[in-house]
Amino acid sequence: MTGLTDLGLIAIRDGVAKGEFTAVEVAQAFNAAVAEAQEALNAFIVTTPEAALAAAEKVDATRAAGKELGKLAGVPIGMKDLFATKGVQTSAASKILEGFKPQYESTVSQKLWDAGAGMLGKLNLDQFAMGSSNESSAFGPAISPWRRKGDTAALTPGGSSGGSSAAVAARLCPAATGTDTGGSIRQPAAFTGISGIKPTYGRCSRWGIVAFASSLDQAGPMAHDVADCALMLEAMAGFDPKDATSLDMPVPDWSALLNADLKGKKVGIPREYRIEGLNADVAKAWDDGIAWLKDAGAEVVDISLPHSKYALATYYIIAPAEASSNLARYDGVRYGLRDLPDGANLQDMYAATRAAGFGAEVKRRILIGTYVLSAGFYDAYYTQAQKVRTLISRDFEEAFKQCDVILAPTAPTPAFALGEKSNPLDLYLGDVFSVPASLAGLPAMSVPAGLSSDGLPLGLQIIGRPFDEQGVLNAGLAIEQRAQFSAKPEKWW
Amino acid sequence: MPLALFVGRDFRLGFNGKGCCMSVDTATVARIASLARIKVSEGELEAMVPELNGILNWVEQLGEVNVEGVEPMTAVIPNTLRLRADVVNADPLTGGGIRDAVLANAPAAEHGFFGVPKVIE
Repeated sequence: MTGLTDLGLIAIRDGVAKGEFTAVEVAQAFNAAVAEAQEALNAFIVTTPEAALAAAEKVDATRAAGKELGKLAGVPIGMKDLFATKGVQTSAASKILEGFKPQYESTVSQKLWDAGAGMLGKLNLDQFAMGSSNESSAFGPAISPWRRKGDTAALTPGGSSGGSSAAVAARLCPAATGTDTGGSIRQPAAFTGISGIKPTYGRCSRWGIVAFASSLDQAGPMAHDVADCALMLEAMAGFDPKDATSLDMPVPDWSALLNADLKGKKVGIPREYRIEGLNADVAKAWDDGIAWLKDAGAEVVDISLPHSKYALATYYIIAPAEASSNLARYDGVRYGLRDLPDGANLQDMYAATRAAGFGAEVKRRILIGTYVLSAGFYDAYYTQAQKVRTLISRDFEEAFKQCDVILAPTAPTPAFALGEKSNPLDLYLGDVFSVPASLAGLPAMSVPAGLSSDGLPLGLQIIGRPFDEQGVLNAGLAIEQRAQFSAKPEKWW
Repeated sequence: MPLALFVGRDFRLGFNGKGCCMSVDTATVARIASLARIKVSEGELEAMVPELNGILNWVEQLGEVNVEGVEPMTAVIPNTLRLRADVVNADPLTGGGIRDAVLANAPAAEHGFFGVPKVIE
């Protein structure tokens, strides 16, 4: 028999509903896997085995009483440590929030608990979700369960949702939440051979998610496969009056409507994404993806997204600008760390607290953001970036007149080793394929496509029209069925 | 422009008078850090100058994009601003009367208030 921890979200939900195993048995199995892997993978910042058990007991009791079970009943999940969880430390992987125990629950996590899911713990991430490798976490990076063939070097699980990707890939949880500001769901999913979707901006409430760049931040699921992502997204999404940018639209039954038949659909291949020197394995995966989508009945068309080359620079003005404003709240007064040197006044306390509490990358982005918003530079940097953002968004609008979804690589390379990229700019460039869809607020997902010559997972990205998560999921499913990706990291932890 | 921040002082940072932009120096980074309320040591400043210049020089490529007649983006997905019902505690989660919860994570809560260092001499 397959172990319970090998099962995906839907398999667990169905198994619990049919009585093949109990929710408590599932929670116990995952709690044990989490505990066993914690030292080696550092995927969690806080583990909450008792919360997972309590939720499971409730599900088992509900079932025993013959009452209706929730959409995710009996499924234990990992929660990225960016979601406020009542009474459980929510740190954003920063020292400045160490010990912070929210007095309320984020909308998205509450929806998941209401659907019958339980919490295994709070997952590691780049500090304040700023990073693509998990190395900016104040609690040390999460480590990928994957290794290159014949090599034991520690690899990044990607970022910022790197604890989420490491945990799902290592089968420490069947699914996890992620958040995506410039690729933070898609790139870690690609690096670890799992699936993840960032929905249209506004689908998932941002209420109770530690803010990084509010015009870009969006939550989404990370799981074994497309169907699991679809179901979990249904539970996470929905209108929330507490988020001014929340979409007041019904949540479709994405999982019930999944359909991998792409007859009559057009798939756009953006020519600007064929960058010079593109990694050969990534280029091959992309070509495979094109062939698979044709096989699924789609017509492939060449499209142009002419402002693509400016997306990264645009992002690295807008995101730090919003971050510098959002992170002004960490002042040592209301919550989190306070550093009060002897004889310090209020201003000294702010500066000392923020110096002690923020990591190097967070400080770097706050300073960049402060600079580009400062008098004399605001128009040259920030306003210019927002104008280019309009052009990037228009590129997509034009492209979607010719196609229904866009296919591209998720990341320009497979996972790299921790410490391999020491220059911040090198890390920023890794977001080249994921950032444009974020700037345009579009739904986008990554699905596993194959392995590199080093034996590492590669992801393909599907980008859709606003509100067309269904089209994205369907194309993802068509790829999933043809890629037949079944590789798993060999257990070394 | 966030003018209010800069009242009374010339905070034109490294502006060279010819439009955008020039590289930042140690004094400029020190000033930005002060605006951002982050204490930095001399050593940290020295290290930050080339890093920030690397990033700023790179983002300056945006200057070459023709944006004539283009409006800056204000909302990525069109949405309408809503008004909530004008009642007390429309949503208890964001309502009032939760002083102890608000203060629960304060590093120094005193007498039902946030405690801060003395601000009046």
